Amino acid sequence: MAIVRIPTPLRRLTNGNAEVEADGATIAELIDNLESNYEGLKKRICDENGTVRRFVNIYINDEDIRFLDNADTELEPDDVVSIIPAIAGGNGTGTAR
Amino acid sequence: MNFTDEQIERYSRHIILREVGGVGQTKLLNAKVLMIGAGGLGSPAALYLAAAGVGTIGIIDDDEVDLSNLQRQILHRNDDVGRAKVASAQETLNAVNPDVKVVPYKMRLNSENVMEILREYDLVVDGCDNLPTRYLLNDASVFTGKPVVHGSIFQFEGQVTVFDPTQGPCYRCLYPEPPPPEMVPSCQEAGVLGVLPGIVGSLQAAEAIKYILGAGETLVGKLLLYDALRQDFRKHVLHKDPACPVCGENPTVTELIDYEEFCGVRW
Repeated sequence: MAIVRIPTPLRRLTNGNAEVEADGATIAELIDNLESNYEGLKKRICDENGTVRRFVNIYINDEDIRFLDNADTELEPDDVVSIIPAIAGGNGTGTAR
Repeated sequence: MNFTDEQIERYSRHIILREVGGVGQTKLLNAKVLMIGAGGLGSPAALYLAAAGVGTIGIIDDDEVDLSNLQRQILHRNDDVGRAKVASAQETLNAVNPDVKVVPYKMRLNSENVMEILREYDLVVDGCDNLPTRYLLNDASVFTGKPVVHGSIFQFEGQVTVFDPTQGPCYRCLYPEPPPPEMVPSCQEAGVLGVLPGIVGSLQAAEAIKYILGAGETLVGKLLLYDALRQDFRKHVLHKDPACPVCGENPTVTELIDYEEFCGVRW
């Protein structure tokens, strides 16, 4: 089981939880496992081809998977996985100014 | 530089610090910092930079003060509602420290003006609230070599880092392209804890001041994440991406791009 940190915009899909547990030998498997428990997460994180979207980064502990093996990066049982999207705001509105 | 008696007293708590001293305070007084936005993040950042004696502070914002801003934008007061944010900001900053030269730009940053404005400054503090400006600023920063202290917030969460194209990754190394219009995260009016930009903007001010002083370690190559609900700070490693479209080995972004302001359905 890895711990997955969910960014604020996606917590509506995880019943408001900031951290959830998920299984998987690799990041790709972990994302599928997340989707089976929290429907809709995968399409926010990945495009139709299953590739992680370019405005979303996934970290294992403090390291970006793009500089490891991307979605094939293997997971250890106690790893902490963080999903970190680009955030636009500086103001709480996102569109003003 | 010779300090006046008033400056010695005003900056005494800086000057007695080994990491600042008279030399560091002189660096601050000679520094030129451009603030992008006089809103939630820009408010605390600009106030602390002015109080610290950063000699020239440019502020760019094309907006007027709205009553709903006052919950977090501490540069502005009740009487400022309806005024240009840059005018209100200039007045507040000079009331804190008349030493500071405040340069207001009541306009929006675009591909026509960004290079000319950046040229006048040593460092940029990015407190803007939209992705087109963040990408435009990033690309201009890579083209000019000017560092950007980045801050962004959403509801209870913030991100802070320093993009210094001369020694580390840029925003596109982190997020190569803006999301498609139908997939913009955190685009709608989502609300924000008023004190959140206070914390994140203050962290940006600390990074800017350290960068000017050359003191300590900056957040170059590190992404600091803050979660106010959990009162939790975490740091992640940021790498310079050899495949980065603007600062990588074979750049595809070679001129400035005015992206459309996009805001589709929520992510």
